[in-house]
Amino acid sequence: MSDVVKFRFDVDGSDFSSAGAASVTVKKKLRQLGYSPDVIRRVSIAMYEGEINMVIHANGGIAEVEASDDKIVIVLADKGPGIPDVELAMQAGYSTAKDHIRNLGFGAGMGLPNMIKYTDDLRIDTVVGEGTTITMTVLI
Amino acid sequence: MKVEALQGLLSARVLCGKADGEFEGVYIGDLLSRAMSRVEAGCAWVTIMANINVVAVANLTEPALIILAEDVTMQADVLAAAEENGITVMTSPMSAYEICCAISKMAGE
Repeated sequence: MSDVVKFRFDVDGSDFSSAGAASVTVKKKLRQLGYSPDVIRRVSIAMYEGEINMVIHANGGIAEVEASDDKIVIVLADKGPGIPDVELAMQAGYSTAKDHIRNLGFGAGMGLPNMIKYTDDLRIDTVVGEGTTITMTVLI
Repeated sequence: MKVEALQGLLSARVLCGKADGEFEGVYIGDLLSRAMSRVEAGCAWVTIMANINVVAVANLTEPALIILAEDVTMQADVLAAAEENGITVMTSPMSAYEICCAISKMAGE
């Protein structure tokens, strides 16, 4: 497994019923590629949280995953509203999700904290009114 | 612990999948981000949340089964997605607390 394997997904922002589809597909692919269950779990959780965030807050976006021998990099890019206060958004329990989102079981304010917890590096590039790109790295 | 034995203890009805496997450990919770990081592969996930996103979380975390408490059921399309992904779902009239008491008792025997 010396090559870099890349996946790209359009995350549909209008449909909660398909939210998580990209993460599930990545999980299956990583398993086929022979990554360890621990790595697959970390990537799955982090990517799922990011994917859900894109659906809740940004009307979808693009998810790209690059898997290589030493790391897996997940890039989630959206053209949503951006994050005005990243530090606040990072706090466990803080959420701006509306009630109908909470009724679905989301909006616990654990998305970004989970993404930090399960990855080795997380970078947030965000511009209010333009969008957010999240780059997460899981080391093998 | 055997899922089949649990089914009897909880007076549970299997909504989809098979009740012939085993499980180890329990997670109780309805908030999906919490569940996402805490449901361990092979455990029993007790919840009253029954929407399609539960299936996605189960797909990623791989619990041995989902136990819906308080007679909660899943809509047909959600069940179809669970079935398609090989997820076992049962529903029990008991509360999450009572379910876990029963499991704890079972584990001690």
